[in-house]
Amino acid sequence: MDNIRFLTAGDCAVTVEFGNEISEDINRRIRAYMTALEKSSIDGIIEAVPTYRSVTVHYDPVAIRYENLLTKLKKLVSDIDVSALPEGEIIEIPVLYGGDEGPDIQFVADHNNLSIEQVIEIHTSGLYLIYMLGFTPGFTYLGGMSEKIATPRLTVPRVSIPAGSVGIADSQTGIYPLQSPGGWQLIGRTPVKMYDPDRAEPILPKAGQYIKFCAIDRAEFDRIAALEEAGGYQCRRYPREEAAR
Amino acid sequence: MSITVINPGMLTTVQDMGRYGYQQFGVPVSGVMDQRAAAVANILVGNSQNEAVLECTLLGPHLRFDADNCFAITGGELTASLDGMPVPTYKAISAKAGQVLRFSAPAKGCRAFIAFAGGLDIKPVMGSCSTYIKASIGGFNGRKLAKDDVIGFKAPCAELKNMGLRSISSELITHDVYTVHVVMGPQDDAFTDEGINTFLSSTYTVSAQSDRMGCRLEGDVIAHKTGGDIISDGISFGAIQVPSSGQPIIMLSDRQTTGGYTKIANVISFDLRIMAQLKPGDKIRFEKVSVKYAQDTLVTQRAALSLLDHIMNR
Repeated sequence: MDNIRFLTAGDCAVTVEFGNEISEDINRRIRAYMTALEKSSIDGIIEAVPTYRSVTVHYDPVAIRYENLLTKLKKLVSDIDVSALPEGEIIEIPVLYGGDEGPDIQFVADHNNLSIEQVIEIHTSGLYLIYMLGFTPGFTYLGGMSEKIATPRLTVPRVSIPAGSVGIADSQTGIYPLQSPGGWQLIGRTPVKMYDPDRAEPILPKAGQYIKFCAIDRAEFDRIAALEEAGGYQCRRYPREEAAR
Repeated sequence: MSITVINPGMLTTVQDMGRYGYQQFGVPVSGVMDQRAAAVANILVGNSQNEAVLECTLLGPHLRFDADNCFAITGGELTASLDGMPVPTYKAISAKAGQVLRFSAPAKGCRAFIAFAGGLDIKPVMGSCSTYIKASIGGFNGRKLAKDDVIGFKAPCAELKNMGLRSISSELITHDVYTVHVVMGPQDDAFTDEGINTFLSSTYTVSAQSDRMGCRLEGDVIAHKTGGDIISDGISFGAIQVPSSGQPIIMLSDRQTTGGYTKIANVISFDLRIMAQLKPGDKIRFEKVSVKYAQDTLVTQRAALSLLDHIMNR
């Protein structure tokens, strides 16, 4: 606990820093701190943003002043109980690999001396921890991709990538939640909307959950896309220990 | 019951105080660049302080009133007129249906805020009317205003009570070099003593690459101990990032929620009104203050706004 630092991030935010590396252990402590923070319902906290190594607490100094908040945030550290954390939830994301949806999958395969089928096999066998969201609304920073399919970014980024595209950049994998420019190697696309402003929960993934990709065919892609359009598709979700069995 | 955009100006968007509660999902706060100016504009026309306003940049729009309504302009002096008659800032004005509000050349500052009595008919997205253009979220169809857009009034009011009381003096003061107060951190320990000294003693120039996301500065290189990259953490309004180039970037309304550059200090909330008015070529220097000082100024400012609201609208 001694290594937790409370950093001043202006007059309306404090960053609680748990370490200076990307690790599952730090992530679990951050998740536990977020849970403690939500339970505490400290007056004046506007929102909290978890990242790889910290939680930034945004607050309103008219409702709570710095010294007072700091005392409360420090006290919460002792309430952290990593052992009481429920196992992270797994969200299954269906992906149509290759073809127009994943134009770079052949390159990823060639780069790693694999077949396309092997790339899909490796990509779908991983369990990817959502460390944080950022960059654009709904963009997940995932950990846990196999080095066997690691591939450098495109030398020239694409101007526009469709929403739902699944890509690889070095040893990272991720999903583009919105149509945007980008330089990741695209290996497939999900019909699931990671972001939909009209949904009760506009952003599907949450930090601390796990993503599991599963391969689908064109017919299934179209079926899910139609359901999503009507607002009726639900991703499979289950606790992590179930996946271990 | 609307206004029609005859000419959108350079960059006119619908903004309120920002979209809070979704930063953990990567959704930027966005919102007005100067919260105080927008709050005052709203108070002047009898609205709640958080009501959506139009934020105009340098070259403001030409807008036709399709119904009688009151409005007020605050922030920068962007030279407005109503059917040719000069319109003062920080004063509630009644406009008649058919009249045209026109902005011409900017005289002082960079951004003005227009509030309309009763507010604009904008559907909130994730609890806010603010426009975040990069992801087409919120505001008027997720974008800046364009010619022929028609924006509805929710509850227009041809004449407000206490009309004679509804003005305050503009506090826009221009300087050769603006002093901006900062609170040090969260990564001030990533810089050498010399680097900190450079930051607090140099004069920086606002670059042409500045926008609602960030104000890029040019000047003396701020020295890091080992480099400008960190493992990403959260970003506040006014955070001063210093990447390895040593040239600071002040993160503003459309800032990303998280970032991987060292942040040497943070502009205090009270001084964000200065940041909203800076134009390329303007010069600033930084002065360090305590968190207590920063919060005292903000608390005082909010109390003054409540008082103003009470005097005009209760």
